[in-house]
Amino acid sequence: MKNEKEDSNRRNFLKLGLLAGTATLTGLGVKNTLFANAKEETGEKVKVLTVDGKVVEVDSSLVAHPSEEKLSQFNVREGIPGKKFIMVIDLARCANARKCVEGCQSMHGMLPPIEYIKVKKMQDSELAAPYWFPQTCYQCDNPPCTKVCPVDATFKRSDGIVGIDSDRCIGCKFCMAACPYSARTFNFGRPEQQAFSEEHAHDADKCCTTKSSQEGTVSKCDFCPESSSKGILPSCVTECPNGTIFFGDELEDAVTNGEETFRLSELLTKRAGYRQFEELGTKPRVYYLPPVERNFPFEDATEVFNQQE
Amino acid sequence: MEEKIKNSEKTTYETFTQEEYMEMKRDLLKPLEKIGLWGKVWIGFLVTVCLLGVYAYYIQETKSKYVTVSLRDYTMWGVYISNFVFFVALSLIGVLMSAVLKLTNFEWYRPLSRIAEVIAVGAIMLAGVSIVAAMGRPERLWHLVVYGRIQSPIVWDIIVILTYVTTSLILLFIPMIPSMATLKNHLTGKPKWQMKMYELLSFGWEGTEAQWKSLKRSIKILTIMVIPLGVAIHTVTAWLFATTLRAEWDSTNFGAYFVSGAFLLGVAGMVVAIFVIRKAYNLEKYLTEMHFDKLGMALVMMSFIYIYFNINEYLVPAYKMSGLHANHLLNLFVGDEALFYWMVVLFGMVIPATLPLIPKLRKPLPLTVIAVGVVIAAWFKRYLIVIPGLAHPYLPIQDVPESWRHYTPSLIEMTIVAATFAATLLIVTLFSRFFPIISVWEVAEGKLEGKDEIINYK
Repeated sequence: MKNEKEDSNRRNFLKLGLLAGTATLTGLGVKNTLFANAKEETGEKVKVLTVDGKVVEVDSSLVAHPSEEKLSQFNVREGIPGKKFIMVIDLARCANARKCVEGCQSMHGMLPPIEYIKVKKMQDSELAAPYWFPQTCYQCDNPPCTKVCPVDATFKRSDGIVGIDSDRCIGCKFCMAACPYSARTFNFGRPEQQAFSEEHAHDADKCCTTKSSQEGTVSKCDFCPESSSKGILPSCVTECPNGTIFFGDELEDAVTNGEETFRLSELLTKRAGYRQFEELGTKPRVYYLPPVERNFPFEDATEVFNQQE
Repeated sequence: MEEKIKNSEKTTYETFTQEEYMEMKRDLLKPLEKIGLWGKVWIGFLVTVCLLGVYAYYIQETKSKYVTVSLRDYTMWGVYISNFVFFVALSLIGVLMSAVLKLTNFEWYRPLSRIAEVIAVGAIMLAGVSIVAAMGRPERLWHLVVYGRIQSPIVWDIIVILTYVTTSLILLFIPMIPSMATLKNHLTGKPKWQMKMYELLSFGWEGTEAQWKSLKRSIKILTIMVIPLGVAIHTVTAWLFATTLRAEWDSTNFGAYFVSGAFLLGVAGMVVAIFVIRKAYNLEKYLTEMHFDKLGMALVMMSFIYIYFNINEYLVPAYKMSGLHANHLLNLFVGDEALFYWMVVLFGMVIPATLPLIPKLRKPLPLTVIAVGVVIAAWFKRYLIVIPGLAHPYLPIQDVPESWRHYTPSLIEMTIVAATFAATLLIVTLFSRFFPIISVWEVAEGKLEGKDEIINYK
């Protein structure tokens, strides 16, 4: 009995070590060929980065990451297999440069005042220090918006993203009423926006599921899944000059802002990561790192960006 | 004994020997005979407003909604939704003024029941229209059938509302079958199609004992059914709000609060309706001062019930003033909406709870003035429930155009709202021109059975 227990303990330890090792490698974007013999070859090629920094093509059976061909058969309603997207926003780094807002607007073809990501000035109490608060859709794990949708036009995907099917949305706006974070926006068909959308309807290189945001339907930040599936970071992440926003995969336990990569669990532990309005039970997939030891002193914005109707 | 009952039923309802019954029939069929000048003007006016509404809707749907309606991302539900809630509330008039009174043996319900049911059917239909007007993609309404998911409160609401409409229509129609036969037999000088319609709708009614028996039975079943359904439609409508995480709607009180408000609106609506109907059609003998007296007392009672729920809804959270509720509540009590809010409290609750306690103020005219105030306040009350809170979400609204912060309904929106009112009134008006708005046989039955409250008409 005792032996058996010890044995099982050792086995668990080994498993854990193996897992941790795999996770570390995956975290760096590398997947080795440990299990090469276990599966049959599929013939699909996947690009991977080797430890010495070379990009090589290997058979998709060798890695957990889906091939590009698979990803190109992208379905709005299904998540990207093997992914659990997550975002960490470091409030200590945000200086309200608004590059994330602009990058997002250009990526999604949205004109101001529509912002999928907003930067708000927050001050929790009179004595507390003000800070800048970038806010996206939190892609909640217990999303109040998808619950109330009468036609399943907004839904939770397996990769954690809360998606919208603009072809199905009836425009009742119940999801907007249900979202306690006011993350959703409605396409009221603002003439300037309509003209712009029409003009840029066929632009390549834009994301996303809400690219086709239609008049009379709801849209919002969607973590740019088409880019993410190809390993390209959402534009709010890449555009930020201060590296405020980190994006990654919970299963890989890694987040990156394009320059620095952190172990997610470590980052959240060390920096006391929290989620907005935890008490509402929505379980957001966006974590905030408190604005301590800031990179910049807080400077109030004097400029207004969205005054034009 | 059996034989006697059989005979008396026959004499009661079908052989028109009694003078009183003949007179009653004359009085109650009079509105159907000729539409006077003012009647035509009134119908013309209502039709015009309805057409204006249709035109406004056409503009709204063909042009950009950013221009035609004042809704924006924060206040995404506007007067269409609050108007929807108002009409759902109004449709409970049928439950209260017909079903509840009938089942609790308040005999004075008899001349009121059909009026109440017509208003109920009209109101619930226009509630549906209001919702469609609020939709971003009305042409996708069929998605609700194809993709509908039961966990959405909207789907619950559609299910109960459709059930309620159906039940109310049947409950309106079945007691009309004997009236159809009366119309068929006694109305003269009407176009052929109209007589044909009465004949078809009377379904071969002859007033036999078996027919009366099954008629009364079905009325009873439907009357009982319509009460839980009515409570359900308004409770589920309240849940459309209460199932969200927004502070201003996050209330366990909401269902009961909405239903009690609907009953108050129902009484007030009834007062206004019978005041107009008795004046327009000279039905003072049937819609008597006694009715106003009773409705005045009902108004007081319903006001107190509504005040009770309002205290629960506003003062209890206000006592705590939690951060979540504070900005919304203070906005109502002392902020931008304060004047609005306190006017609604005054005209929608305090006045109807107190003034009708004075017997003189339960006379038709003063009571109607009070009731008109209640109806108007009730509309604004729904506005205050739905809209101001939306502009006070958990996360602050910053750096948005001015129109995103403050919602004021656009002309297009108000025209459509006005049209929904006109359409409801038009439904009631046209109904009263084609069918007796007071059920002849129900009133006659009450009188002949010697029911006190009916006898005391005179």
